[in-house]
Amino acid sequence: MLKDITIGQFFPGDSIIHHLDPRFKIVMTLIFIVMIFTGESPICLGIGAVYTVTAVMLSGIKIKMFVKSIKPIMPFLLITAFLNILFINGGTVYFHWKFLKITSEGINVSIFMIIRIIMLIVGSSLLTYTTSPVTLTDAVESLLSPLKKLKFPVHELAMMMSIALRFIPTLIEETDKIISAQKARGAEIDTGSLINRVKNLVSILIPLFISAFRRADELATAMECRCYSGGKGRTRLRQLKSSSKDYIALAFTVFFLMCVIVVNMIYS
Amino acid sequence: MAILKTEELTYIYSEGSPFEKTAVDHVSIEIDEGEMVGIIGHTGSGKSTLIQHFNGLLKATSGKVLLDGVDIWADKTKIRDVRFKVGLVFQYPEYQIFEETVYKDIAFGCKNMGLDDTEIKRRVLETASDIGLPEELLKRSPFELSGGQKRRVAIAGVMAMKPEVLILDEPSAGLDPAGRDKIFECIKNYHGKYKNTVLIVSHSMEDTASFADKILVMNKAKVFCYDDTVNVFERAEEITQIGLDVPQITKVFIELKKRGLDFEKEVYTVDYAKELLLKYLKKGK
Amino acid sequence: MNNNIIEIKNLHFRYGADSENPSEEVLKGIDLDVKQGEFVAILGHNGSGKSTLAKHLNAILLPTSGKVFVDGIDTSDDNRLFELRQCAGMVFQNPDNQIVSSIVEEDVAFALENLGVSYDKMRKRVDDALKAVNMYEYRLHSPSQLSGGQKQRVAIAGIIAMRPKCIILDESTAMLDPQGRKEVFSAVRRMNSEYGITIVFITHYMDEAAQCERVVVMNNGKIILDNTPERVFSQVELLKKIGLDVPQVTELSWKLRKAGVDIPSEIISEKECVKEILKLFKKSY
Repeated sequence: MLKDITIGQFFPGDSIIHHLDPRFKIVMTLIFIVMIFTGESPICLGIGAVYTVTAVMLSGIKIKMFVKSIKPIMPFLLITAFLNILFINGGTVYFHWKFLKITSEGINVSIFMIIRIIMLIVGSSLLTYTTSPVTLTDAVESLLSPLKKLKFPVHELAMMMSIALRFIPTLIEETDKIISAQKARGAEIDTGSLINRVKNLVSILIPLFISAFRRADELATAMECRCYSGGKGRTRLRQLKSSSKDYIALAFTVFFLMCVIVVNMIYS
Repeated sequence: MAILKTEELTYIYSEGSPFEKTAVDHVSIEIDEGEMVGIIGHTGSGKSTLIQHFNGLLKATSGKVLLDGVDIWADKTKIRDVRFKVGLVFQYPEYQIFEETVYKDIAFGCKNMGLDDTEIKRRVLETASDIGLPEELLKRSPFELSGGQKRRVAIAGVMAMKPEVLILDEPSAGLDPAGRDKIFECIKNYHGKYKNTVLIVSHSMEDTASFADKILVMNKAKVFCYDDTVNVFERAEEITQIGLDVPQITKVFIELKKRGLDFEKEVYTVDYAKELLLKYLKKGK
Repeated sequence: MNNNIIEIKNLHFRYGADSENPSEEVLKGIDLDVKQGEFVAILGHNGSGKSTLAKHLNAILLPTSGKVFVDGIDTSDDNRLFELRQCAGMVFQNPDNQIVSSIVEEDVAFALENLGVSYDKMRKRVDDALKAVNMYEYRLHSPSQLSGGQKQRVAIAGIIAMRPKCIILDESTAMLDPQGRKEVFSAVRRMNSEYGITIVFITHYMDEAAQCERVVVMNNGKIILDNTPERVFSQVELLKKIGLDVPQVTELSWKLRKAGVDIPSEIISEKECVKEILKLFKKSY
């Protein structure tokens, strides 16, 4: 059940996208987000879509995986779109009942929003699908390293992040197990009244927290036994190296952003 | 009459995805009332997936589970009652303990059954004594107890629901020999006292041989064999060939047979081996 | 210099020794020497003090009184802590709770990263370590895709990469299935025979202890037996009394001896047992 969550998952592969420098990938993802949110006309969305589709194709990751990542937020998306349709007015009126109006403007805004958010999710999923959480953390650490001078605990933060990432699958599996075990004792987790369900949530959270603390304690000892003493003087197995490929990819991304900006200027 | 029966039970994980895997493959077995059955197999042989079908935690991709002759999924709304009739104790059950006292934790299942307080109290006290937890422990926090005691608290929580079928997934995992013996002793006593059906999943043929009336050997999602313990041990060599360990003593007797010393009996306990050897030695003299 | 890698001198330990209410003594005067290249099992039930002892070899715990030297380093010498931990690596019980990284090879590199080893050297050592435990092909996997036995082998590789003289395994097989236990044990044995690394193997499984060169049995914070496995396991009554198992073949020969059969007491393997039984029958037929 919980195992179906794909956001934040990593699918090892050998594509161009997989081999890009993660630091560049993060920057490109940020540029991409700017791109889809500054674009005001359908052409801009088209440009964004071309960029997204190209990247997805290059990554060699199955479309199904992206569909899976969109699925969980679909209900939320549809409700928001629906409200937008009802409450944003302007342009041609298609339907009118009391204070509710469906207008061309409302429909446009809704469609725009849905497409943008889907692209946003696909784009950021692409980052996590093609970049191992560890490299991602390394990249964040590297990008934030200038802050070290300001005494900002960059290494510690990155270490916490990577440990959190490491333990997500473990804890998800554990949660599944605890849920099954409590269900076997007749706890109503996904059925029954709301009050009962909330009460039964406690029966899952307490064991989960206890186990997380136990794990943390044991992990800390294991880390100390392997001579961990903070970020000072550490070397890394994984070296971040940028190559010409990364600069070319970045140039492409910037080019797409420029296109969007130009189209915006032409149409405004 | 069979209390628990499966008909062509099949379960496929992540059907249609690249990770698709058949975990249980057309399993048809019958478990009679009052039997003590050992379920053996590798990790990934499907034994843990199979038992989660018995109380409706998992729903089969195809096939049926019949409890007292009734399909457990015949009425979806009654599936919770099935869980009270078929009690399932997971592996490392001490990790699901959450109440602030031992008493409350044992009572959790009974409360969910909607029993009244006097009945709950009666059951908790009875189960605690059955499983060797002294009454003064009941007021303590379960988190202060030793590993073996915690395990027994968790098992008691399911026993107190008085299920018709009790299933335990590797009840002795991670325990030392004394802890393991204590758990098996408690389960045997429980079985002796209430005469209900008990299923125990285990990796160890040695442990299983010591309690089981019947043994179900699972291999690669299928039933490898399901028979009385003696008959299963007749196939001890085949069982070692699928990579499962048989007791050391059984291996010795297989080897003896190869060397021309045939006792014409399946040996799986030390005491029996001793008697057999003594008998033959006397005859020889 | 003598060739003892571990020297423990009159070690006493209680938890919270400096606090107002210290615990009871957990270790009550341990004296133990381990030679470079030895393969020692420390056998004992839960609470016998065996894990507490192990934690002293790596300065996770420090003696309340007495001394522990590893490769000549006093474990209470704070300045040489890293040196000590490089020399004597530790593998823990729960495979999930000692893997730091989401990629196998990076986890193996973790200690080297901490020690500031240069990239080229690190790359080679990591690859060598992974090959040594037969996990090289899994180097880019995520630990969550691995079985328990594989995870423990990764943990061992993480220690090997430090090029230690000694590895301490603190009940590292307790949570594994039989397959995983075999994998880990044979990996450890290879470390010992091929690289001459001293192994201290803490366990409550007698079948593993029976395969070591030397077995140290602990009970109630003391060492009560320290000898070859044959000699140790022949003390069937004593071991049973303190809640430990003996191999089935040892138990059989013990029981036969008690019944007046002339069979050696120091049988721990199936082979010997078969041999001795055959002898018996040749004698009597």
